[in-house]
Order: sequence, then C-alpha cells, then structure tokens
Amino acid sequence: MRVATWMERSELQLRGLTPFTITLLLVLASAVPWHIPIFAPVTPAFAVMAIYYWSIYRPDKLPYAATFCLGLLHDLLTGTPLGLSALIYLLVQGVLSSQRTFFHGKPFLVVWWGFSLVMPGMALVSWVIASLYFNTLLPPMPFVVQAVLTVLLYPLFGLLLSALHRHMIRGT
Amino acid sequence: MRAYRGRALLLALPLKSVVQRFAFAFLVGAALTVMILSRAEPTLVDNMRGAVSDGAAPILEFFSHPAASVASFVEEVDALLEVHEKNSVLEDQNAALLKWQSVAEKFSHENEELRRMLRVVPDPEASFITARVISDSGGPFVRTVLINAGENDRVHKGQAVINNEGLTGRVVSAGQHSARILLLTDLNSRIPVIMESSREKAVLAGDNTPHPRLKFLAVDARVNVGDRIVTSGQGGVFPPGLPVGVVSLVSEERALVQPYVNWDRLEHVTVLDYTLPGFLPETKRAGRIGALR
Repeated sequence: MRVATWMERSELQLRGLTPFTITLLLVLASAVPWHIPIFAPVTPAFAVMAIYYWSIYRPDKLPYAATFCLGLLHDLLTGTPLGLSALIYLLVQGVLSSQRTFFHGKPFLVVWWGFSLVMPGMALVSWVIASLYFNTLLPPMPFVVQAVLTVLLYPLFGLLLSALHRHMIRGT
Repeated sequence: MRAYRGRALLLALPLKSVVQRFAFAFLVGAALTVMILSRAEPTLVDNMRGAVSDGAAPILEFFSHPAASVASFVEEVDALLEVHEKNSVLEDQNAALLKWQSVAEKFSHENEELRRMLRVVPDPEASFITARVISDSGGPFVRTVLINAGENDRVHKGQAVINNEGLTGRVVSAGQHSARILLLTDLNSRIPVIMESSREKAVLAGDNTPHPRLKFLAVDARVNVGDRIVTSGQGGVFPPGLPVGVVSLVSEERALVQPYVNWDRLEHVTVLDYTLPGFLPETKRAGRIGALR
C-alpha cells in the first residue's frame, strides 16, 4: 500500500470541507441584496436546506460547532437577533440526528417530504422566539411565505448539493 | 491486542455520542445566552456586528455585483414590457412638472426675499456621503441593510439616510468601513414626522410591514389619504422637511403611510451628516438609567 503524499492528504481534507464551504456560501447568499421585488423579507432560508442535506448524508463533516458559527455569522450579517439563526440551525441538525437513519437511503421524495415538515416547524419556532425577543407579535405572513418558498426550492438545491456530494466522494 | 482494541471501540462509540449530545446541549444553551445578552447589552453586540460586517464587507460587495446584475436584467425585461405605457404617462407628467417648475422658481425667489426681510436663522447645511447597499435583511425578522461606508467615511450612529426618492432610515451601528441602516419600516424605527399641509405632528412607527403607522397623533388631528408626510426635525437628529411618504389608509384606530422609497431597488443610499449647532453628540448625552460609562 502506498502512503498518501502530503498533496493528496490536503486535497482530501479540502474535499472534506465541502459541506462547510457550501453552507457558508449559502449563508452569504441570503445576506446579499437580490433586488427582486418583495424578496428581501421572504428570502428563502438557503442555509437551512444545506444543513438539512448534510445532516442526513454527511453529519460528520458539519459538526454542531460549525453550524453554530454559521448561524452566528448569518445573524451578524443580516441584523437578525444574535443567536436566533444559530439556534434554528442547531435545532434542524438536532432533529435530523435522531431521524437520520430513517431518511438515509430513502428516495428523494421522502427526503423532500421530511423537509416540508421540518421547515414550517422551524418557521413557527423562529416566529415565536423573535416575537418574544422583540416583545411584540411579528407579522406572521413573511415567515409563512419564506417557509413555502424554501420548501419549493428544496428540490433544486437538493439536486445541486447531491451533485457536489458526488464530486466530493469521487476523490476519496 | 485485537480484543483490547475491540473493547476500546465498544466504549468509544457511545462516548462519542455522549460527547456530541453534550456539545448540542451546550451550543443550544450558548445560542440562547447570546440572544439574552444581545438584548441586555446592545452596545457590545453592536460593536461585534460592526467588526464582523467590516470583515465581510469586501466579500459581500463582491457578491452584490452579480446579484445586482440579475436584478437589473429582471428590471430591464419589466421596463421593455411597459415602455409605451410609461412613455405616455411620463409625457403627461413632464408637461405638468414644467408648469410646477415655474411656480416653484417664483416661490423660491419670494421665499428668499421674505427670509431676508425677516432675518430667519438658516438651517445648518447638511453634508452627505453616498454608499452602496451590500447586504439585505435576508429574512422575516428585521428590515435593515448594510452599506459599504463607515466611521472612516464619517458615517456615525444616528444619522439620517435618504435616497433619491425619500427618507430611507437611519444608521444604527457603524464599523470602520461598513454601517447598518435601520429602514423606516423596521419594528424598532421611530421617526418624528409632520403632515406637510396641515402641520399635524406624529411619530412614524415601523412594524416590519411595508406600511408604517402614524402614532401619537393629536386627538383632533385631521389626516386624509394622500397627505404628504415629511420629517419634522424634532429631536435634532433628522433635518426637517425630508420627504417620507404619503398617508395610504386612515381608519378609526390607525393611519398608515406608504413610504416613497422603493425597497426593492435600494442600491445606493445617501447618509446625511447633520448636526445642529450646540447639539451634544451621542457620546456626551445622558445615558440610559443604570448604564455605566
């Protein structure tokens, strides 16, 4: 057996960073101004899609601490109450870590169905927490629209993520 | 040796899951703590936000260009579809505006004359800086944007922010070369305003919807749909007379305002540097009760 060279090993490590990097890019994507009519308040929770995906297929490559930091970054960049996204991201991961064995290896429709249950739940939790934080009832409509948009966009992102996932595995 | 390793694995696997469960609980607790802390110590969090935004500003700026080009493409198609309609509307408007221009010129001369006669104390001139919007609120929680100018460009907390359409909001925190703007639709936005024609005073309070409310109107105030709202200049933070919006709905218990600013097309904004002579800067004003300085 040949010992892996330094180059090969570092390439392997870089590939292992794919889940984190992708999620980071998606956090940035939700902070960038898209200038699409009435889009800003209902910008889909891009990062939640990635966290959902990696929690099912590669939970080892996106540890809780990384998710926490990504959530904090999202909050700091977008002006969301600090810690709120971090909490939501962790909850998604926590829920999935207990249901992972159920979703792993299941057809895409089942995974999507799972996401359509998780996302509204998270929208409700974040609405309740944000309302408590601001000490007033926030208008619930943007939360509903955001959840629906995110669920509808999941197939597209799921496809993209699985393509990247395959690319990541090919090297290993 | 092999048996030993097997036993170690038997022990290591549950241990790993225990550690992970502990990490999960710990981080959830940390997130909650941070949230409570950000409520109790807003200045600390503001400084942190400033530092992180400064770091991320170049990256966000880089990404905001392609996003803007996607948006301009959408707009372009939109514009092409209604170019004829728009043209006739604009021609009509142009004719009307030309008439108004001559009226405005006449009034402006007359105004100047009268001011001179009455020896009115002139309002201080506001200097300004224009910056690019590099980040959006990206979610349903707040209505804020990030711009690529900060303390280094003399952007400070509290300053009024406008664009070519009207008042946009105010600076809530400023880093070295980035600053966060609280839009006037945000839940925490409160702006002293005045009806342009009836001179009724009110406070424009955002509630995260596109239509902020008028609060603290006098009981007998006459408010009509279509009334123009401008800043009153009370409190000395905002220059008086900045256009804010028009009253869009009046009912028994509330009056809503449609701001002039088109939030979807917020690409560049102007930060006004306006200080009344003799007005204390924020650092020298009395703090919150109990806040140590």
